[in-house]
Amino acid sequence: MANIDLKNLTITSASESMIRGDYTARELTQAYLDKIKEDNENLNAYLEVFEDALAQADKIDKRRKAGENLFPLAGVPIAIKDNILIKGKVASSASKILANYHATYDATVVEKLKEAGVVFLGRTNMDEFAMGGSTENSAFGPTKNPHDNTKVPGGSSGGSAAVVGGDLALASLGSDTGGSIRQPASFCGVVGLKSTYGTVSRFGLMAMASSLDQIGPITKNVTDAEILYKTIAGQDKNDATSTEPKSVDNIPTKLVIGVPTDFVGHGLDPEVKANFESSLEVLKKLGHEVREISLPNLKYSLACYYILMPAESSSNLARFDGVRFGLHIDGENLLDDYMKTKGQGFGLEVRRRIILGTYVLSAGYYDAFYGKACSVRDLIRSEYQNIFDKEKGGVDLVVTPTTPTPAFSIGEKTADPLQMYLEDIFTVPANLAGVPAISVPSGKTGSGLPLGIQFTAPHFGEDILFSIGKQFEQSV
Amino acid sequence: MINREDIANMANLARIEISEAEKDKLTKDLESILGYVSELDQAPISSETAVSKSFSSVINVTRKDDEDINETGSSREGLLAEAPSVSGDHVKVKPVF
Repeated sequence: MANIDLKNLTITSASESMIRGDYTARELTQAYLDKIKEDNENLNAYLEVFEDALAQADKIDKRRKAGENLFPLAGVPIAIKDNILIKGKVASSASKILANYHATYDATVVEKLKEAGVVFLGRTNMDEFAMGGSTENSAFGPTKNPHDNTKVPGGSSGGSAAVVGGDLALASLGSDTGGSIRQPASFCGVVGLKSTYGTVSRFGLMAMASSLDQIGPITKNVTDAEILYKTIAGQDKNDATSTEPKSVDNIPTKLVIGVPTDFVGHGLDPEVKANFESSLEVLKKLGHEVREISLPNLKYSLACYYILMPAESSSNLARFDGVRFGLHIDGENLLDDYMKTKGQGFGLEVRRRIILGTYVLSAGYYDAFYGKACSVRDLIRSEYQNIFDKEKGGVDLVVTPTTPTPAFSIGEKTADPLQMYLEDIFTVPANLAGVPAISVPSGKTGSGLPLGIQFTAPHFGEDILFSIGKQFEQSV
Repeated sequence: MINREDIANMANLARIEISEAEKDKLTKDLESILGYVSELDQAPISSETAVSKSFSSVINVTRKDDEDINETGSSREGLLAEAPSVSGDHVKVKPVF
């Protein structure tokens, strides 16, 4: 039985080891199951560890033994966020309203990963219905940051980030509506990618805000993110909003990287600021041009997001009424059933956002809030398109810190929802515009908390993100 | 900007029960959030960029009507198994009226 060094493992090295015969898929899965047994009770990163994980691994070993050529994801142990459907398994979006709901079909991304032969280790904790930035809104308790157990792992994909950061999975899938992959990746010292809107199918992802959601990989390094992304991406006839991804040929050796100083200056934790500045030096040393740019309307992103997202969520979450699936609380009549089921099944943050969404969509307020937000969204999208227009002197990439602060303490920001929302300030613009963005670890604070840098590329510019990401992580 | 009665109305529209204590907290929270998002009033938009004209780069996608609709992989039994109350092959509900 090989003693596998999980800390330094990557998808590529694990694949190569299994092909060489250093260890079997079963042994690799067992190694992770052992680590989960040690750490998960404390971290609460997994809501459920799948009992059939070893059986899944055995199937891969059998196929490999039979001479099948499997690469690069076969036998790789992966964790899946609790809002992505795996047929027959519980998917609860970390909510009481779906605590015993069993998925009746596979999400497209799951189907693709099954074909690639991954081993699904379990489902990870998250903020309820992806509403949150710390995983403290889970109906099943918070998750702890593996680097410092007094801190949050971020959210809403906190569990998915914590398992990769804590070596309880080799990689994971999360979902990102306003930063829910990138922010926890940054807090947990791992890589998180939100690709161009539409490049990854949302079929089988419990919808939060349909025009903003994207599933994406959380991994140890950029190469792993690329492997996972290229496996799950692709147009899907079951998702009308999906589209074929594109590759970028001829990525310039010297990239022009824009820093929106009018946007990044505000409210940065001093250690984040210092780390960001040294990251910019790293980029210059790599031979790239780092340029100050102006994105004057980016500052409206957060306000825009906190109108559009609750509006769309209020619509998407209307289906959870205790009739066709999920929790059913009995009332005096049908209306009372709805009131009680939702009242007791949804946590407070979920109800807060649904009520906010209902308000901004209601007659008399629709134009003032939702209408304005739609226009501002278009403004932000155009601003990105303009800044990326090379013919008009634009840039190849935009760079910012991923978050304004490192991971905060559990309980620190729960009293005032607005304080929590402000953590999303650098991540929401990419969702509004539909552009791809990646968070790459950029160092640590004095007390050992991970920090991240975020690169944003033009639509369909994932290859540029992978290129700069790999260069950056090798130099840090 | 928003008062307790508004919160009660919205909760009712959304079919969500909230306690009296929650009504107070939510009124305070939403007042704060709406105050923040109102800064969109400063954004350089006009009636020219109204909802009907926005999303100009996004197109509607529809599929042909003759596709086989049973492709999602969910079986009737599987779906009925998830319903809280069934009667034979039907999901059972309380009277709507």
